[in-house]
Amino acid sequence: MYLARVTGRVVATHKYEGIEGVPLQWIQPLDERGEDMGAQLVACSVVGTGPGDLVHFVDGREAALACPETFVPVDAAIIGFVEQAVANGARIRS
Amino acid sequence: MLIGKVVGSVVATRKDEKIEGRKLLVVQVHNQRNEPQEQYVVAVDAVQAGAGDMVLFATGSSARQTELTEGRPVDAVIMAVVDSWDLGGANVYEKWTR
Repeated sequence: MYLARVTGRVVATHKYEGIEGVPLQWIQPLDERGEDMGAQLVACSVVGTGPGDLVHFVDGREAALACPETFVPVDAAIIGFVEQAVANGARIRS
Repeated sequence: MLIGKVVGSVVATRKDEKIEGRKLLVVQVHNQRNEPQEQYVVAVDAVQAGAGDMVLFATGSSARQTELTEGRPVDAVIMAVVDSWDLGGANVYEKWTR
């Protein structure tokens, strides 16, 4: 799992069956200092997140397990809000 | 998942029998600002996407989690057609105005 900041929302009405009701959001992965790490990607959000939130997400096949229907072609899912994260004694902010 | 634009299709008469009948599309990756990247993927189409469509695709073993691709040698699948997206509250892409 990784830390990320939600940066945007994606609208797609024509989706593969099983993920129709699941929101899609752009996320920017973050490093241990809270700075941008790598390219942005799109993840399913199952916890009601929105732009600006600090979140953690899971990637790979496990991401589908976070969705209401688990046999779906999903490779990234936001699975939690982060209220506070500390690395090397310093607080990470989004 | 990543977003990309369908820029072509692949015709392959001789291929593994497990992927016969699967529609293969060439997708050029776009970033969050809708800038095309020098990154292309061949993906199985699971949502009847067409040329010029902006699509979402999943990669890796997740790509096998559709009825079309289960148990087959596939590592990228198009699983949604994108209508629009915004970034920081500003609209970046809108399908119906292009």
